[in-house]
Amino acid sequence: MQEAMIKRAKELLADGTVNRVMGWKKGEFAYDITPAVFDTAEELEQDFVCDDLTQANVSKYLIKESRKEGRILAFLKPCDTYSFNQLIKEHRIIRENVYVIGIPGGPKIDVEKIKAKGITGILSVKNEDYTLKIETIYGTETMPFYEAISGKCESCKSKKHVVYDELMGEEGDVLDSNRFDMVEKLENMTAQERYDFWRGELSKCIRCNACRNVCPACTCESCVFDNPASGISQKAAADSFEENMFHIIRAFHVAGRCTDCGECSRVCPQNIPLHLLNRKFIKDINSLYGEYQAGADTTSRAPLTDYKADDCEPSVVHERGAE
Amino acid sequence: MQRIGVFVCHCGTNIAATVDVKAVAEALSHEPGVVISQDYQYMCSESGQDLVKNAIKEHKLTGVVVCSCSPRMHENTFRKAAASVGLNPYLVEIANIREQCSWIHKDIASATDKAVILGKAAVAKVHLNAPLTAGESPVVKRALVIGGGIAGIQTALDIAEAGFDVDIVEKEPTIGGKMAQIDKTFPTLDCAACILTPKMVEAAQNEHITIHSFSEVSDVKGFVGNFTVTIKKKARYVDETKCTGCGLCTEKCPMKKVPNEFNMGLDNRTAVYIPFAQAVPKVATIDPNYCMMLKNGKCGICSKVCSVGAIDYKQTDRFIEQKYGAIVVATGFNPIKPDKYNEFAYSICPDVVTSLELERLMNAAGPNGGTLLRPSDKTHPHTIVFVQCVGSRCDDEKGKPYCSKICCMYTAKHAMLIREKYPDTEVYVFYIDVRTPGKNFDEFYRRAVEQYGVHYIKGMVGKVMPRSDGKIDVQASDLLSNEQLHINADMVVLATAIEPDKTARPLATMLTTQMDTNDFFTEAHPKLRPVESATAGIILSGACQGPKDIPETVAQASAAAAKAIGLLVKNSITCNPCVAHSDELMCNGCSSCEKVCPYGAITYQDKEFRMPDRTTAVRRVASVNPAVCQGCGACTVACPSGAMDLNGFSNSQIMAEVDAICK
Repeated sequence: MQEAMIKRAKELLADGTVNRVMGWKKGEFAYDITPAVFDTAEELEQDFVCDDLTQANVSKYLIKESRKEGRILAFLKPCDTYSFNQLIKEHRIIRENVYVIGIPGGPKIDVEKIKAKGITGILSVKNEDYTLKIETIYGTETMPFYEAISGKCESCKSKKHVVYDELMGEEGDVLDSNRFDMVEKLENMTAQERYDFWRGELSKCIRCNACRNVCPACTCESCVFDNPASGISQKAAADSFEENMFHIIRAFHVAGRCTDCGECSRVCPQNIPLHLLNRKFIKDINSLYGEYQAGADTTSRAPLTDYKADDCEPSVVHERGAE
Repeated sequence: MQRIGVFVCHCGTNIAATVDVKAVAEALSHEPGVVISQDYQYMCSESGQDLVKNAIKEHKLTGVVVCSCSPRMHENTFRKAAASVGLNPYLVEIANIREQCSWIHKDIASATDKAVILGKAAVAKVHLNAPLTAGESPVVKRALVIGGGIAGIQTALDIAEAGFDVDIVEKEPTIGGKMAQIDKTFPTLDCAACILTPKMVEAAQNEHITIHSFSEVSDVKGFVGNFTVTIKKKARYVDETKCTGCGLCTEKCPMKKVPNEFNMGLDNRTAVYIPFAQAVPKVATIDPNYCMMLKNGKCGICSKVCSVGAIDYKQTDRFIEQKYGAIVVATGFNPIKPDKYNEFAYSICPDVVTSLELERLMNAAGPNGGTLLRPSDKTHPHTIVFVQCVGSRCDDEKGKPYCSKICCMYTAKHAMLIREKYPDTEVYVFYIDVRTPGKNFDEFYRRAVEQYGVHYIKGMVGKVMPRSDGKIDVQASDLLSNEQLHINADMVVLATAIEPDKTARPLATMLTTQMDTNDFFTEAHPKLRPVESATAGIILSGACQGPKDIPETVAQASAAAAKAIGLLVKNSITCNPCVAHSDELMCNGCSSCEKVCPYGAITYQDKEFRMPDRTTAVRRVASVNPAVCQGCGACTVACPSGAMDLNGFSNSQIMAEVDAICK
């Protein structure tokens, strides 16, 4: 696929359809695949990467990129197209300035899961018939592919591209995922158990802001956490309660707009399952207002910023209550 | 440096009995910026206001906090007082230590603590208050009346009398409402149609009144003085402007088996119909559920017989948009269906009827031409049992908790009319209480008992059993003589509870007005503002606000008209300066605020901005039209970046209040 993508990108650059390409390249480590913009065919040949380790959602980069001169080519996985659409809906991306090629999605590999097996000094990872062949500085290791599947791919919600100009590979379907299983488990806990769970998770936060910076729903010109006038701006981590509030406020801010792309949990260096906060909102919206998938289209009204006469009364939320 | 004055009101003993007002004044005197803190017996009195005014002058106050009753009561009083001595009225804050404190607490120590906290929050807020100037917005000199029953008709006539244009929107094909279905009226026993139809005609002929019959309000935008209403004119498949109401189509229509809703389904009408002889407008309507032409394209007789070519099978719903300064709600009531009460056998026995059905059975234009006959076998009934409070004063889910108010009187009326016309008929009335307050009302009821010999029995009917011989066995208890009774009746009449019309709740949502748990519209003040809703410019008329008889309905209808006229005579009204504004540098242009704004006050524009690196960028940013914004604050909570803020209730002011409370 990578070769075909490079070939197509070079064609589009050559015929003037686009003047830049949004893709990925190797980062500090070989397995550290990072979003990157390519201006020339030579750069593409040299650095462009799209492999089993390429997880990053590039939609958010297109806010700035689509405002630059000319048109940019973007390769979007199915999950990325939802984020892209949502940003179109919020008038953040200028659609005309992006040429979207839909590419097949995962399952992708999470290198952290390989490292967790005690495999270090990784030089490259290859998927050979569902067995991962991992070259390290200490020699070659193998492990089953499915044991290294990225968390966000494990509960994949859709293999369908909701927006594209052209498609590479086969189109998939919206999946019947198990993504709310863990939310349900949390809901069935007692209030104290739930509190303990979240205190345990959120107190690990080092406030690196990676979740916010990667989140395609967090695109404010000026983030409330950076705005001293907001009253909740970034402060030194005076106590762990601050961290709890940071994530809860953030979850509220993206509620109804989060497409469940899973980037927040993917980039968290502390492995906090942040996506569960967002999924709780999504599950509640689905059950209180009817099925809604943010980013599935660019025109529908989001339940939280819409009013319908048959909307549930606020008391419904209250009555469900916490113990 | 702020110079804040704090004024703590005793409100007689209303506050002072549960709150140590002196301690509150003393505690608040130590708050930052407070230069004077006083208490007084009645702060809203002339001398109380003078205290505030003098302090503003003497201490050169930059902010005022009045700890008193709800801001709904006297915020305006103190704002005016401040303005009279040159302090911007929006630098006055009220701490509600009466409704939210003294009235709900018993313990003096804790109530005093809470009053101090509420005062501190107000002081913290007033530190951040900015002077605001109110603008003005023009008033559209036209009123809308929703509902064309006696309430709506009376309101419209009174508004028109004052010289203002008024539109009536009625969902049925004719105006007239419930009163048109009633036979006689209490306590004078004159004919309802005889007194109603002249008013209907007057409404139709008045040059200031436009009647939109067979129409519904489908959307309401705007605010007091400037509502924009979309009215859906439902397809009646007859051109209103051409139809002369000759009635030929209704005679020739072959579809004659349509239950006639005007006669409560007791007889049939045709698919093309005029509800009753005095209908206004007297225009035919085709019922698409029954018309064979509309259902399967076969028939077309009405169109052939119509000499003016008024029939139009292709008509569709039309929407018209109109601007109004005031909206009067007169959506009225309906009797509940008693089919949930199995004990009364309403669903299984045709001779068990509701009171409104009885009205039609006794009416000259009714199914029997005014002769009271049993629906089942068209024989004259000799024993009739009336059951009071069916679904009223009911504590289970089947009925209503309230008293429907009109049933005692109309049942006395029915009993009296039957005894007058058919003296050989025995009439029994089972009641919990007889409630007949009102001018000449109790005398009326006593006449039924004393002069007409109606048997009033205190007790409830336990079971109504239709028997195979056509009689009805009524099993009841007589609570006064403590015995069980069996009455062999020919007819049973149920005085069913009345409830607000089902269209009222969605309408309340459109109008952003409040309703109580029974779906009656809530008045702005139960004693002092009974005809206005809490939403400015929305006025209540008739039974939509609570159960009412005709005289009360008409009285309230005229009162509603007075309120509407009071609004329409003004050329402009003062706007609320507490409106939203967006910080363009922070705005993402995401449209969240635009989507939640109920007034359509927010628009977007592309603007050029100088960026930090000396480049210019075009960004999409929100801007608020202050003349349209009503300051509801929905946008400020929807905005993800906090770019939207509300004058007078800014995010920072609210945070300051919360901080003061949590300190």
